[in-house]
Amino acid sequence: MSMELDVFVGNTTIIDEEVYQLWLDGHSVSDAVRMRLESDALSECEASGEVLHSDTMDQYRTFQMCERLLHCPSKLANQLLFQIPAHRQAMLIERYYEFDHTFAREVLGKKLSKGTKKDLDDISLKTGVALKSCRRQFDNFKRVFKVVEELKGPLVENVQHHFLLSDSLARDYAAVVFFANSRFETGKRKLQYLSFQDFAFCAGQLISYWTVGAVDNMMEDMDVDLEKEFLHDLKDLKVLVNDKDMLDQHKSLVCYQLKGKIKAFSEMEANFKNLSRALINIASKLTNTKDVRDLFIDLVEKFIEPCRSDKWTVGDLTLFLTHYTSTAHTLEMFRFQILWERYMGVIKSCILKMYHD
Amino acid sequence: MPGKLKAKIVAGRHLPVMDRASDLTDAFVEVKFGNTTFKTDVYPKSLNPQWNSEWFKFEVDDEDLQDEPLQITVLDHDTYSANDAIGKVYIDIDPLLSSEAATVISGWFPIYDTIHGIRGEINVLVKVELFNDLNRFRQSSCGVKFFCTTSIPRCYRAVMVHGFVEELVVNEDPEYQWIDRIRTPRASNEARQRLISLMSGELQRKIGLKVLEMGGNAVVGYLQCFDLEGESGLVVRAIGTACTLDKLSNTYTPATAINPCNSSPSKDIKEAGFGEEAPGVPLSSGPPTPLRAQTFSSFSPSKSYSRQSSSSDTELSLTPKTARICLSPSSPTLQSKSSPIPTTKALRSTTPPPLHVSQSDTAMLRKSVSFSEDLLLAASGMGSGGSAGKEAGPLKALLRQQTQTALEQREFPFFTLTSFPPGFLLHVGGVVSARSVKLLDRIHNPDEPETRDAWWEEIRQEIKSHAKALGCHAVVGYSESTSICEEVCILSASGTAAILSSRFMQDSALDTEHRFEDLMSPGCAFCHIPYDELNMPFPAQLTYCHCCRRYKVPDVLFTTIDLPTEANVTGKGCLIQARLCRTKKKAQGEGNATAISNLLPFLEYELHTQLMNKLKLRSMNALFGLRIQISVGENMLLGLASATGVYLTALPSPGGIQIAGKTPSDITYEQHISNMQKKINDTIAKNKELYEINPPDLVEEVIGSPIPEPRQRSRLFRSHSESSDEVSELDLSHGKKDAFVLEIDDTDAVEDIHSLLTDAPTPPGFYSCNTEIMPGIYNWTSALQMFTSVRVFRLSNVNLTNQGLNKVFNDLCENLLKSLYFKLRSMVPCCLCHVNFTVAVPEDELIQVAVTAVAMSFDKDQTQENGRQSIDKNLMKAITENEDQLQFPLELSAESSSNPLNSAKGLSEVSGPLPSARVSSLEKASPLPEGRSRSLRSNRSYAGSSVTVVKMTPLSFIPGTKIIKYLGIINMFFIRETTSLREEGGVSGFLHSFIAEVFAMVRAHVAALGGNAVVSYNMKECVFMENPNKNQAQCLINVSGDAVIFVRESELEATPPQPHSASAQTSSSGEGT
Repeated sequence: MSMELDVFVGNTTIIDEEVYQLWLDGHSVSDAVRMRLESDALSECEASGEVLHSDTMDQYRTFQMCERLLHCPSKLANQLLFQIPAHRQAMLIERYYEFDHTFAREVLGKKLSKGTKKDLDDISLKTGVALKSCRRQFDNFKRVFKVVEELKGPLVENVQHHFLLSDSLARDYAAVVFFANSRFETGKRKLQYLSFQDFAFCAGQLISYWTVGAVDNMMEDMDVDLEKEFLHDLKDLKVLVNDKDMLDQHKSLVCYQLKGKIKAFSEMEANFKNLSRALINIASKLTNTKDVRDLFIDLVEKFIEPCRSDKWTVGDLTLFLTHYTSTAHTLEMFRFQILWERYMGVIKSCILKMYHD
Repeated sequence: MPGKLKAKIVAGRHLPVMDRASDLTDAFVEVKFGNTTFKTDVYPKSLNPQWNSEWFKFEVDDEDLQDEPLQITVLDHDTYSANDAIGKVYIDIDPLLSSEAATVISGWFPIYDTIHGIRGEINVLVKVELFNDLNRFRQSSCGVKFFCTTSIPRCYRAVMVHGFVEELVVNEDPEYQWIDRIRTPRASNEARQRLISLMSGELQRKIGLKVLEMGGNAVVGYLQCFDLEGESGLVVRAIGTACTLDKLSNTYTPATAINPCNSSPSKDIKEAGFGEEAPGVPLSSGPPTPLRAQTFSSFSPSKSYSRQSSSSDTELSLTPKTARICLSPSSPTLQSKSSPIPTTKALRSTTPPPLHVSQSDTAMLRKSVSFSEDLLLAASGMGSGGSAGKEAGPLKALLRQQTQTALEQREFPFFTLTSFPPGFLLHVGGVVSARSVKLLDRIHNPDEPETRDAWWEEIRQEIKSHAKALGCHAVVGYSESTSICEEVCILSASGTAAILSSRFMQDSALDTEHRFEDLMSPGCAFCHIPYDELNMPFPAQLTYCHCCRRYKVPDVLFTTIDLPTEANVTGKGCLIQARLCRTKKKAQGEGNATAISNLLPFLEYELHTQLMNKLKLRSMNALFGLRIQISVGENMLLGLASATGVYLTALPSPGGIQIAGKTPSDITYEQHISNMQKKINDTIAKNKELYEINPPDLVEEVIGSPIPEPRQRSRLFRSHSESSDEVSELDLSHGKKDAFVLEIDDTDAVEDIHSLLTDAPTPPGFYSCNTEIMPGIYNWTSALQMFTSVRVFRLSNVNLTNQGLNKVFNDLCENLLKSLYFKLRSMVPCCLCHVNFTVAVPEDELIQVAVTAVAMSFDKDQTQENGRQSIDKNLMKAITENEDQLQFPLELSAESSSNPLNSAKGLSEVSGPLPSARVSSLEKASPLPEGRSRSLRSNRSYAGSSVTVVKMTPLSFIPGTKIIKYLGIINMFFIRETTSLREEGGVSGFLHSFIAEVFAMVRAHVAALGGNAVVSYNMKECVFMENPNKNQAQCLINVSGDAVIFVRESELEATPPQPHSASAQTSSSGEGT
């Protein structure tokens, strides 16, 4: 006595968002049925386990059949097999490409290779995201990476155009792709306190201001790599710390501006040269691929940690960085205004984003 | 060379990777029609090839155009080995052969492979040039329109309803040919698909020929089925109703407006030919067209039984089954009461064909007679039988004389329609049905399918005689079906005995009055008994109609038709199902056939009892859309009866259900019974509330109704005293005379009661019915969801009792419904309409249930009353509008009843006498639909853009929209097979994707025709076979429907009212574009 076959096919494909999420989350059919039985939303329908099982099976089958299309979202719009209203298609795609930030945080900056894929069960254990879901998310990263890697033009738009994602999700993917491409170090213990959103923000800044595309959309090169020339030019900023006069002058200008405005003034005054040196050193070393990868760990070790131990507030830090940047313009001998602005703009917003517990 | 078919292969997309090395494909296309094949160039190394081929031209007979599909094969070019097939597309070009349907087929078609399913898509353009200078009425029937819709299609008007057409063709099943042992499954499947496609085309062409002979231009309610008889062959058969249709308003090709009278010539000629046979039939004034005269000159009334059902098409077959009802109000006429032509009793004596099992046949005959008894006895409220039905036939002679019309002379006055133009259906007698068990034998000569023809002939004769016994001269809502298991085949036919209007033969001026009378009179007329109350064919309780108080009505009415729009219904309706499963010993050959035919009467009797009980339990008194399916397996018989129960205001309120025990002495037993009784009464009360059945209070009714004449009143009172049920209808307490008594003296009865009470009520917000419209719901929104659900249940313990089986089967259906309600919960409040269950016993221990239905949301805020009123108003408006559009009958009869245009070649002259204002408004009207069509088309051809949304519905309409064009019939047959069942997700995964693929292919074809919906969609066949041990499965699906273009009513409102532009079909029907 058993149901040998049980299918339901609608002319318009029926998609239950709740079941879709359960499927995306990697739950088995029986788990999903149990969870649906427990959820309140369905209690009013008085659905029996049997009905739910049948429904869940149908939905899972539908999703499995759709999955092939979701791998290339533009196909979903002009395939003929499933009649799905446009807004539902968008939902399917968006949800399919959505990812757990905890998971993404683990993979961030890692090479999207088979090796990493093997580590997914560890990540799954650590993050509590089901292995199935981890695999899907990882494959999504890889797929997006592969497609946009070689494309010209703005990264976010490329992701958006090829995968029909929402703006915010496309930005997140851009961050993942950007990190995976430049292989930024994010796994060190000292960086553990930083969330995916923190890094995604920083990635956004880097993409917007430090890549080739940031200067010229029409450039041959892509958005994925930092602009080599710019990184090379950053060496010129060394003058700010190497020229003692300039360093002193810069310090006095900043102190003048900040006096009475920040709580940690004395600490700032005492540490100014170290802090400035740290920031300039980071800038000058960025020609090295290895040092580019260490950008975030350097920012934390060399700048954020000292400030934190001196108990700077975010307000203090904001004021300091603002004036540290702006006063450099008033230095007579300093000729690299544009370069300075481009560098400090990003560094400032990154530091501010990263400056928390 | 009467036609030129042109095809162009534009491009492909999403092709599968055929070359693993390059991950690409070198695709090219073969285009084949008949025996001619063209090839495109190879488009190397691409999954999205752009062939952009030249126009491939096929010069062919139009006969072939009708029979053959255009076959497109996509292949992967391989330099060293044979080219690999990617898949195929079959395109039925029939829609292009009618001037009114589609003009071009253009769009993306899924490339289908019977092993791999859909593998990419191909963009194709197809056109047909028909040469008009030849007499194409010889072998082909181009231009006859086919509709699956079982009512007059929405944008047409029926000029004449000619009557029943049927045809069947047989062939050997390629699957069972010797060559099948050496060819691949793919080749075998494709041979089958192609053969069925060919046979369908041939069948359609032959039916078309018959229609042309009858003088019609369309087939409505076209139902084509195929019987897979296994070793003994493949039968494709079709029935339909021949009509002459007029287009109401042709929004695309304006200016061909013509006087509707022009469509009558064909009819006139026929009248001339049949003059002596139908003296009462109207003679109209139109002069015969030469063509018609020629065509019909060979008619001779003496050929009253020259049933020409063979497939030989050497001569014009002169089937005199041209039962027709003239709907052309312009023709002057009289009500024919007359024509004492001897009824064709002789037909009964058809010599039994050698193959049939005479024993089972006689058993069958006896059974089916007793069946109509069962039904009617049950209807009378008594479970036990008399034998009144048997002598009923002869007694009807008198009545028949009274009701005799032209219909009587027709061989089969059958109509596959289920809903009718207002005023067409006069009275309904009840369901008539007949079944016959036959032993299949190899069809020796496919060109002479006489055995199968004779089988159906017998059944139809039986149906006809049943109808006569009910005092009816016609059968409406007629359908036929088969169930085959090994070499045993059950043939079934059923319909509703009815009396149809002869009023439509009258003059148009009179017709206006009558029409108004129809609308004014409460919709109760069809309930009035057609038989003589003194000579009732069965013992039934008659009462005076609760609406008009003038005529008698039965206490229960069963029909196979849709609820007439004018019917007065109290409350809402609901789906009622009777389900039954009976074990049967395994047997072979004749023994098996005998066993089955012995079981059948009991099965039907029980199904009817169950239906009646469930109807009473819902406090309803009529069933519509009744469909009884009997399916035979090796060791069981399944019976499933589905219908929509309603409370007809005209019929008396049903009594309650009373339970009587056999051993009244036992106290606990008594208690048990009274408990049950209480439960039943509670359920009835609950149901009354649920379905809003509050029959109007009798007293009020009398006051509110126009005061009857004294004589009538006295009669009314007499009826009170006689039937004494007027009081009892107000409460349900048992003990009343009319209460339905259920005796629980054995386990069967207990089982019955259990099955009664175990039917779960539909969840809140849901309603269901198996008819087109749900009484009591009128404010539909446009949200609709058509779906198909299939379940197969395996019975693992072999020795199940009847009861055990019953429970399993009942649970299977109930759970399926529950699942549907759950899945569609987001559409609440909604109604599942046209719920169509099909059961089958594919293997020993398997029960298969397939459901196709449409869920439609409605607006519950609007109160029911308002809804009802507005719909009534709409209906009225629609009718009058239609008439206005036609200038007919009011204007037409006044201005131009003696119109000089009455010549059939008046097509070009038409616009002359038309008021010029109308013409200009017509031109004004055209831009919008024109633009619409253009936008539709551009949507289609815009590659890479989103796909045209195609709605599908089993109903003949889409709420909130207006169908502006019928593009042709969709009739598709697919086979899918797999040898990697597990890899495709098991049987469910396999069937799920196959059904989705079938939907996709239907949508693609409709979109390519320029349409945006399929109406009257039906999945006629879903044969599923599996062999999990071999990891194999196979499935066959046959679907049909009408491709249409609809526009939202809101969009239409912007345009000025559509002017009259009905064009005459008789002369222009065959003209291709």
